[in-house]
Amino acid sequence: MLNMPDNNLIVETVELVKRYPMGRQELVALKGVSLRFCRGEFSGVIGPSGSGKTTLLNIIGTLDVPSSGSVRVLGETVERLSPAAAARLRSRHIGFVFQTFNLLPVYTAYENVEFPLLLLGMGAQERRRRVMAALEWVGLADRANSRPAQLSGGECQRVAIARAMVKEPALVLADEPTANLDAENSHHILETMQKLNQELGTTFIFSTHDDKVIGYLRRRIRLVDGRVAADETG
Amino acid sequence: MSWFVIKGILRDRSRSLFPLVVVTVGVALAVFLDAYLRGAQDSIFAATARLATGHLRVVPRAQAELGNRYDFRFTLKDIDSLVSSLSQRYPEISWHPRFRFSGVIRSRKTGLPGMPFTGLGVDLNPEGSERKRLRLGQGLIAGGLPESGGAGLGFRLAQQLGVVPGDTVVIVTTRADGELMEIPLAVAGIIRFGVTALDRQLLVMDIGEVQTLLGAGHRATELLGFFQHGFYDDRRAVALARSFNLQPAGGEEQSAPVMQALRDAAGFGSLIELINSATGLVVFIFVLAMAVVLLNAGLLNSLRRYQEIGIRLALGETKLQVYGSLLSEAFFIGIAGSLLGTLLGLGVSWYLQTHGLDISGMMRNASVVMEDVLRARIAGRTFFIGFLPGLAATFAGSALAGLSIFRRSPARLTRELAE
Ligand SMILES: Nc1ncnc2c1ncn2[C@@H]1O[C@H](COP(=O)(O)OP(=O)(O)OP(=O)(O)O)[C@@H](O)[C@H]1O
Ligand SMILES: [Mg+2]
Repeated sequence: MLNMPDNNLIVETVELVKRYPMGRQELVALKGVSLRFCRGEFSGVIGPSGSGKTTLLNIIGTLDVPSSGSVRVLGETVERLSPAAAARLRSRHIGFVFQTFNLLPVYTAYENVEFPLLLLGMGAQERRRRVMAALEWVGLADRANSRPAQLSGGECQRVAIARAMVKEPALVLADEPTANLDAENSHHILETMQKLNQELGTTFIFSTHDDKVIGYLRRRIRLVDGRVAADETG
Repeated sequence: MSWFVIKGILRDRSRSLFPLVVVTVGVALAVFLDAYLRGAQDSIFAATARLATGHLRVVPRAQAELGNRYDFRFTLKDIDSLVSSLSQRYPEISWHPRFRFSGVIRSRKTGLPGMPFTGLGVDLNPEGSERKRLRLGQGLIAGGLPESGGAGLGFRLAQQLGVVPGDTVVIVTTRADGELMEIPLAVAGIIRFGVTALDRQLLVMDIGEVQTLLGAGHRATELLGFFQHGFYDDRRAVALARSFNLQPAGGEEQSAPVMQALRDAAGFGSLIELINSATGLVVFIFVLAMAVVLLNAGLLNSLRRYQEIGIRLALGETKLQVYGSLLSEAFFIGIAGSLLGTLLGLGVSWYLQTHGLDISGMMRNASVVMEDVLRARIAGRTFFIGFLPGLAATFAGSALAGLSIFRRSPARLTRELAE
């Protein structure tokens, strides 16, 4: 892992520090986190609540900037990106799966999955092909015209995964994707993501404290109080 | 992408219905108000124009300088050639001479003391337009019109004199040569003009007979012009009068003709300004109120859609793109609402334009000289007076409300979304 060639390096953080002002004091959520993620990894950041998992994923996902230190994602230095450039990087190369499924309620499953492709300005035919393929990956092709309100929690999360995957991004960030799901649905979506990881080579970084998720991970990074306490593969 | 936006608007009624209703109602009100005020103005002006000043009035210079006070000794000479030259020069106007005079009238029969009257000599030719304009046919209560001699009396005047058709009255008035004389006149008919002052004072005769009796052949005290299209067009009337007065015929002579627009002849200038600025002001207030309501709706909307907007930002839409799509939603809603509102307002205005509203009951004791039937009038302006402001208000409301997007920090998105 240490001697991976650079073109396989997809995310690299160097001495990441994130401070939040808290009145007169400040809260340090990340206290110097240095990590490297390579193409095709199926890894997760695990740790107790408040340990900084979401903060780290946000910074990697260009939704936040570090107080100090540096992050490179897909060759871009995140802390130097303009908001518009960060948005472009997200829309092209990064997929998100959230704890709550966060589909757009007025649109159908099909339209929710289509949305990232519209942002990319993709042609109608190519869009249709990709959306249907993505819905098939998650086993919901027959629910394409259902609205989120008509879908179960597990189905919503699968639509959300299809939405994250449809543009075939290099990187998918999933912040506690199973927190609102029962065991059966959790296994289902984890198997789906594992399959996509193997078939498409997409890099996955999870944040979780769910043992079911941890069981699937090939690399586990343990975060304690804003520091990397362990980083184990296998 | 805009299809995506439209789908969102159509499916999420709470996003579109309220603003749509607000815009529709606001625009419809503005459109109707514009047509209604124009119609009300028409109806005030129409009565004044018919009975007193025309849309344009030509009077001798000396009379013009007196303003609203009449001195009937001042007359226009060569009235026929003046009419034909004006008709040639201003084909959009039809010209009609009238002869006003005044004096004292009494009944031969009753011997009651005399009372003041105003005489009006008009063209009573049954084919002419003056009869219709003064509504003499409709107003005739008893007897006939004095087209072949005699006089028609306002019904209150006749009542006070105690005369009926067939009786003879005597008027004392000044002839053109300045001589005071008594003239006996047969009462041909009794007329209700519908305006109290006229019913009490007016005596109508054929203008030809007035000219003969007063020794004022080919003369008239005034020449009234009416737009062929029937409505008073203030701007045009003022322009015509100005152009006429620039080339004075007859120089500084007292009897030289001077042209006045209704606004000046009747002292309506400030009323017209008032109505114009009132229309502007009311439309402005509507637009402002609409914009405020829409701004609030927009603010509520962005609160309600906080999560949706958050997701879209996280998925890689820029703030500018999200803002743009909110604006295009506003654009679609604004177009639809303004269109609906304009149609609705035009529909109601059109109804009131063709059918009219009888307000004679309300006007019985009013001192304003106003037509009994109120109508709206749709003009070119009516078509866009609501449309553009409606669109602008929707746009402005959303544009202001949407600014909150730019204050959002994407760093909080995942945390907010987890809640
Ligand atoms: N915007 C913020 N302002 C202030 N403090 C914050 C902010 N965001 C996070 N924190 C703090 O930073 C620390 C790390 O938060 P973070 O959300 O990254 O933890 P987490 O590991 O994701 O926890 P959980 O498992 O509960 O999701 C916490 O103590 C949290 O209270
Ligand atoms: Mg978290």
